[in-house]
Amino acid sequence: MDDKNKKASPWKSLQFGLAILAGLVVYAYGFQITKVDLEDLRSERRQESLSRVMRALARPEIFEYEQQEEIINTPVYVTCPASGAPTIAEPDKSGPYLIATPACANPGETVQVEGFNFAPNTNGPLRFIPGSDPLNNVALGRDNVQTDADGHFSYEFKLPDRPSDDVQYIRATLRQNVGAPHLTQTARDTWEKIIETVFLALLATTFGTFLAIPLSFIAARNLMKPVKSPLASIALSILGWPIGIVIGFVIVRWIESLSSPFAGNILINLFAIIVIPILVSFGLRWALPQEEITKPSSRLQTARLAVLALTVMVAFFGLFQLASLSTNLGAIGTTALGTFGFLGNFLFQVGDIVSIITPALGGIAAGATLSSFMGRLGQRSTEKLSTANVKIFNLVFSTLAGATAIGLIGQLVRSLYLVNNLLYTLWGPVITGALLGFLLALFTKPKDTLPTGMVIYYVTRTFLNGLRSIEALVMAIVFVIAVGIGPFAGVMALGLHTIVSLAKLYSEQVESIMAGPLEAIQATGANRLQTIVYAVIPQIIPPYISYTMYRWDINVRMSTIIGFVGGGGIGFLLQQNINLLNYRAASAQMFAIAIVVASMDYLSSVLREKYV
Amino acid sequence: MLQIKNLTKIYDGGVKALDNVSFDVPDGQFLAVIGLSGSGKSTLLRCINRLIEPTDGQILWNGEDITKASPEEMRRIRRKIGMVFQHFNLVHRSKVITNVLAGRLGYINPAWSLLNRFPKADMEKALKQMERVGIADKADHRADELSGGQQQRVGIARALMQDPEMILADEPVASLDPVLAHSIMKHLEDINDKDGVTVLCSLHFLDLVHRYADRVVALNAGQLVFEGMPNEIDDKKFKEIYGRDAERVG
Ligand SMILES: Nc1ncnc2c1ncn2[C@@H]1O[C@H](COP(=O)(O)OP(=O)(O)OP(=O)(O)O)[C@@H](O)[C@H]1O
Ligand SMILES: [Mg+2]
Repeated sequence: MDDKNKKASPWKSLQFGLAILAGLVVYAYGFQITKVDLEDLRSERRQESLSRVMRALARPEIFEYEQQEEIINTPVYVTCPASGAPTIAEPDKSGPYLIATPACANPGETVQVEGFNFAPNTNGPLRFIPGSDPLNNVALGRDNVQTDADGHFSYEFKLPDRPSDDVQYIRATLRQNVGAPHLTQTARDTWEKIIETVFLALLATTFGTFLAIPLSFIAARNLMKPVKSPLASIALSILGWPIGIVIGFVIVRWIESLSSPFAGNILINLFAIIVIPILVSFGLRWALPQEEITKPSSRLQTARLAVLALTVMVAFFGLFQLASLSTNLGAIGTTALGTFGFLGNFLFQVGDIVSIITPALGGIAAGATLSSFMGRLGQRSTEKLSTANVKIFNLVFSTLAGATAIGLIGQLVRSLYLVNNLLYTLWGPVITGALLGFLLALFTKPKDTLPTGMVIYYVTRTFLNGLRSIEALVMAIVFVIAVGIGPFAGVMALGLHTIVSLAKLYSEQVESIMAGPLEAIQATGANRLQTIVYAVIPQIIPPYISYTMYRWDINVRMSTIIGFVGGGGIGFLLQQNINLLNYRAASAQMFAIAIVVASMDYLSSVLREKYV
Repeated sequence: MLQIKNLTKIYDGGVKALDNVSFDVPDGQFLAVIGLSGSGKSTLLRCINRLIEPTDGQILWNGEDITKASPEEMRRIRRKIGMVFQHFNLVHRSKVITNVLAGRLGYINPAWSLLNRFPKADMEKALKQMERVGIADKADHRADELSGGQQQRVGIARALMQDPEMILADEPVASLDPVLAHSIMKHLEDINDKDGVTVLCSLHFLDLVHRYADRVVALNAGQLVFEGMPNEIDDKKFKEIYGRDAERVG
């Protein structure tokens, strides 16, 4: 052992030396690449502008005073007139006045300006006003002049290169604060935007959390591993999705057309909102008995199915009526509520959103229902049919499902990339899909089960990991293009990023729950949904709350800069003011961000302590 | 009547946990399953309600082959088979009453479970079962606030909620002290006697086997090495079951 160590030691120290050398090279290159240069920092020009910026930042533009200006001119000649030194009238010494000596000189020569009788301790710029073009004036010196306690100042400057035969002027504009301080326009804008920022983070976190929860279940290995189904069942449920979506969409649109004649009538809306929930609850209670000890007769089952379908349709009618009611009340409220008009607007927008997403919802619901129904049909066929028949069944439906699935992807490609070649977007995918489906059915044993759960798991994981690696700021750029500049783009971007990152974090929590209770609940005969509700959810509530708060923190921080790319919130103002070199305003916004982030931090730590 | 026929389980790693096991259990019997740690007792019990998929063989219950049952049929079968675990397997953060009510999930329409709703009759039933095992006063406690013995009673109450025809108990008393062990075993005995529920119970202590079991099956390395009455286990049989170096204790 010792011997070995001794032998190895020169080689080891060589390795060590090489590693250090390599490190040095890497960092040297890094310096070169990132242009590390402290010399620049030391230059006077840099330091001067840095201190100017720091001074501005230290005085955030939050309060301001009403200002009173005293504007006084004194004549000056640039190049002395040929007639000799001009005679300047004695200024009125009862008020503030300026004296320039000499009163005439060549461009570039130094002139002294003295001010008397001004208000004490005021400041303001000195300007050179050309006689011919008074608007085209020139600031004299970089800094403002400042009067002393007697209201006097004295200042030297070089005359600008504006020769003229006429009389020209030097103007002092001294400003004085009067009255009590009040908020600046910047402060008011900042307030408005910081509120926008906080709500942007709130909405993004809420939506993100809601969508991340179901995703986290299908991205959890322990829940998905046992999900297996025979090929027939998979094929039929794939076919069920598009058919169901189309059927659901058409039916819901039809219900919408039934509802729309009554859309404008608030009384009918109200009536519907009250009656329909009662009907729906009766329908559901009859169609879905809470407990069933013996298997119901098939006639009863059919009747229940019919009532359930009818109930769901009535419920959708109610949803449209609710949307109309919300829109109508919102429209009234927006004007009638005055300051609280935003509540009306909220109702209006909610109504609008509900009426827009309801058909999609119907499509998805019908797709899921039909898919699960057809999946069960496939399951049953696999059990009941003979092996040879199952093989044929599999071949037929797997081919169809493959053709449909990949054909639909082809259609997506067509609409995304505007490919107009039917070979690539329709026949190619359909034939490939059919072939893949056929081969899959050919090579799987007819009654074998396939690991559907793991396939879904891997697809979901890949999708989550891919999207998660894109920064929210980059997503915001895409959404700004999609929905326009503004906070909505920010909400979408942050929301999407929240979904994918929370789903990942959540799913890891699901994977680390105790398996015992899961097993026990399954042993009672609970189905998958019940197992999740009774064994999984109780176990994951605390980590879910804590991750959601953590994400809320991140979203508040992100929402302060998402405006840099047009995603709304305070970042937009901040960036604008930095670009305009308006550092005092930028400083106000930075303060606002600091306060909000710090208080959100505090709030979430308090909540976390309380609930986790 | 439960008939196990040529049951074999080979885990993914290649471990043969059950090797061609066959035996019958008449209705209403209290059957003890014994064997060394790792002999396959838990695997056997979990194959019966298919928490673990058997690799080969048949499990016939009242003539129906459990190994061939579809997911829907499995739900119907499982709800008639209660299960009690060594580590109780309660949902810690839920209330005791919720844990007990969970025994009804096989009967409840899943749509209602989403709303966390149970019929009133089930609530009453739950209170009755908790009274039966002596934990009625704990209904509103969180499950993890209970002691081990109390938690196991919750586990039994949960199994009773299923109106079971059979109870699978996987070392139900292995993490309890001897006094508690007897009280839990007495509950199982009571359920077996009064309700006529078939009980399959894996046990580590032979005195418990002698005291409670009608019949014994013994596993060794996944193979059935003994089947008979508890008092038939003499020293020779004992060494067959537990290995040559084993000593009888207790
Ligand atoms: N999930 C699994 N994957 C792979 N092997 C497993 C798994 N579960 C159990 N085994 C193996 O199967 C064999 C039987 O295990 P089982 O848990 O059934 O034994 P047991 O008799 O219940 O033991 P104990 O008395 O310790 O509970 C053991 O060798 C074990 O290592
Ligand atoms: Mg075990």
